[in-house]
Amino acid sequence: MMELVCPAGTPAALRAAVEAGAHAVYCGFADETNARNFPGLNFTPEDMAEAVTFAHARGAKVLVAINTFPRAGAEPLWHRALANAEAAGADAVILADIGLLAHAADRHPALRRHLSVQAAAANPDAINLYASAFGVRRVVLPRVLTVQEIAAINREIDVETEVFVFGGLCVMAEGRCSLSSYATGKSPNMNGVCSPASHVAYAEEGRDLAARLGGFTIHRTPKGAPAPYPTLCKGCFTSDGQTGHIFEDPVSLDATQLIPELAKAGVSALKIEGRQRSRAYVAQVVRAFRAAVEAQAAGRPMPETMLARLTEGQKATTGAYAKTWR
Amino acid sequence: MTAPLPRLPRPLRLAALPLPLPPLSLFLGAVTRRMVKSHPEMTRRLGDYGGHRFLIDPLDLPWLLLLHPADAAMTAHRRARPPAHDARIAGPLSAFLAMMHGAEDGDALFFSRDLTVEGDTAAVLALRNAIDDAELDLAEELATLSGPLATPLRGLLTGAERATGLTLHRMTRLDDFA
Amino acid sequence: MDLTVGPNFFFWEAETIRAFYRDLAASPVARVSLGELVCSKRLPFWRDEIPAAVEALQTAGKEVALTSLALVTLKRERKLTADLMDLDLPVEVNDLSALIHIPEGQAFWVGPLVNVYNEGTLRWLIRRGARRICLPPELTLDSVAVLAQAGRDEGVPVEVWGHGRLPLAISARCYHARLHDRAKDSCQFVCGEDPDGRDVGTLDGQRFLTVNGVQTLSQSTASMALKVEDLQGAGVSALRLSPQSRDFAAICGAYADRLSGKISGADLAAMLRPMVPGGTLSDGFLSGPAGAAWSGEGTAAPR
Repeated sequence: MMELVCPAGTPAALRAAVEAGAHAVYCGFADETNARNFPGLNFTPEDMAEAVTFAHARGAKVLVAINTFPRAGAEPLWHRALANAEAAGADAVILADIGLLAHAADRHPALRRHLSVQAAAANPDAINLYASAFGVRRVVLPRVLTVQEIAAINREIDVETEVFVFGGLCVMAEGRCSLSSYATGKSPNMNGVCSPASHVAYAEEGRDLAARLGGFTIHRTPKGAPAPYPTLCKGCFTSDGQTGHIFEDPVSLDATQLIPELAKAGVSALKIEGRQRSRAYVAQVVRAFRAAVEAQAAGRPMPETMLARLTEGQKATTGAYAKTWR
Repeated sequence: MTAPLPRLPRPLRLAALPLPLPPLSLFLGAVTRRMVKSHPEMTRRLGDYGGHRFLIDPLDLPWLLLLHPADAAMTAHRRARPPAHDARIAGPLSAFLAMMHGAEDGDALFFSRDLTVEGDTAAVLALRNAIDDAELDLAEELATLSGPLATPLRGLLTGAERATGLTLHRMTRLDDFA
Repeated sequence: MDLTVGPNFFFWEAETIRAFYRDLAASPVARVSLGELVCSKRLPFWRDEIPAAVEALQTAGKEVALTSLALVTLKRERKLTADLMDLDLPVEVNDLSALIHIPEGQAFWVGPLVNVYNEGTLRWLIRRGARRICLPPELTLDSVAVLAQAGRDEGVPVEVWGHGRLPLAISARCYHARLHDRAKDSCQFVCGEDPDGRDVGTLDGQRFLTVNGVQTLSQSTASMALKVEDLQGAGVSALRLSPQSRDFAAICGAYADRLSGKISGADLAAMLRPMVPGGTLSDGFLSGPAGAAWSGEGTAAPR
């Protein structure tokens, strides 16, 4: 069966994910070492150790995301996170930064290393480089590839691949985007936040709800219409008289129906986005996808997931997996 | 799951109208203190946002609620006189209860405009996450507070849940989501 | 401190490119990195200009490197990247996958699109053969200072973004084609209509971003005009100037005057404002509060 890798922003969400059928749960420490460094979220080293015990007792793995880029002069914080993950008994760490990968390979050789999507390894050459230089065992592929390209990559590499199948969707190559810090000073790479809530302001203006990020208007929605979070790349902008979602519509990824093709393309693990989401989201999405991977393993057709209302924009796309997206 | 959120039945709304505020505040304060005390991790997760004042606006109730986590305090206020606050969250009572009990996802309620947020968005996020992790259970807290009346109260709350469609207890088993 | 000119991000006519590098050969910059960074589909239209440009620049005494693409996904793009090694010039790595084609120990440059955020990464790249490193524009002055010092300790010059619309993101999707309701494969090279990219504003009319095919740039032109002393103090060895369609030779000259102390930061900023596309300057990544901010007088984003 394909491995189902599920998000947990809190210990409660981790328990919900495991109980809903996650094969593996990914989570991070409550600091800037992890790319979902949101207020009120994440794990202390003690939380992490308890989470690993809970998951292992139920046959699930815990993967610790230490996937921001260490700040110059502050590398010890990231090095401590690695040591804490190993001490907690984590099954793997998910890393993006070259320097941190080199440190992990050198100091924590027994700790399994996965390459984060934030490393944006988008072709076999990059993946083989990370595999040979740092002993990376699995690569989370960036969300810029088609299914055919994923199949081609898997023919040329010896490590496992993991792909996103559900949730928020980056339209830019991940880990290589500073749109958020341009508008707010805080970025995924440095601070573990994109379009941070601390810089979001909503204002009722006439008949509209205006959403601004760092003072830049990201969208205006009429009263009563769905109100997407003001994620910069899903905003509504103007260019030379045209108005629209120039980068991406406020949609979310749902690749349920592509799971059989992804299996054929050699993908080992399927990832659900949403460490910033509640345990209610985690439980519902994980349960639906566990049923889907079981159906795939048994050769049955994919179930309809009916999860659209949980997603941003309440609309789904198969994203870059279909070539027409480009 | 796709059914619209229930609104508080009209007779209940009318019945709530003349309730005097001081005893209500006293009661809300007791419940809040109990929850904060029995879930210390909630305070830790809130961090500095614990000092913020959150105006909770259950649109189908006649009053506003002001939550100040640092003092474990919650007070009721007349709609006509909203107190000073750092962030406001508005929506039907059922949305708040469903979110608190893990039956509904906060973001989804926000995307569908069942909930709206104004003011310090980061503080609201911290509050939402802290409450989500605490796995609160209003029915249990009320039952515990009521001492010897716990057992009859549990029965009463289950009945109320069925009658109103409000989520009054924590979602635990997967079946709850069906 | 001296000046490096980075690769041109935009899709210009072959003659325009020829004239651009001919002029650049006469300008007071120390080195040039050139080649197609953004879109491999553009390269056939101007690749024949590269040998002459390299020769002109080298004859004028400038160091020259060839850049890799910023995002390599297609087979043909991997081949293109491998072929860069045959040209007997240092390669400027702007997608890490280019490294697999560079033998251990062979010298290369690291461009601003490689994530060098800390000393560990910087040292690993230097051990692998990096001989010049341009840091990502997103870094703060504190980070720049730590990294410039680490580079000095290893004897490798560290350079920072000096001038130009900031490369903020790269995607598999072409936004120029999307704006024209075209698929990427049948884009008809519409990005060629906008020699400095196509501006994107907010619904409230704020200047914000600029799209350039698969790349997203800042609409403001980042300039270190007011930061030269800070960067010198931090041990930075070069400023990178990113090509724009108008007045680029004059801009190179103005930065050279700034480095030699002939003009002040305020003088330089005043000269630049009418020359940069859209007329907005920024330097906020270095000292905050956000990338779009400008530390001097005049327009500050986001208004």
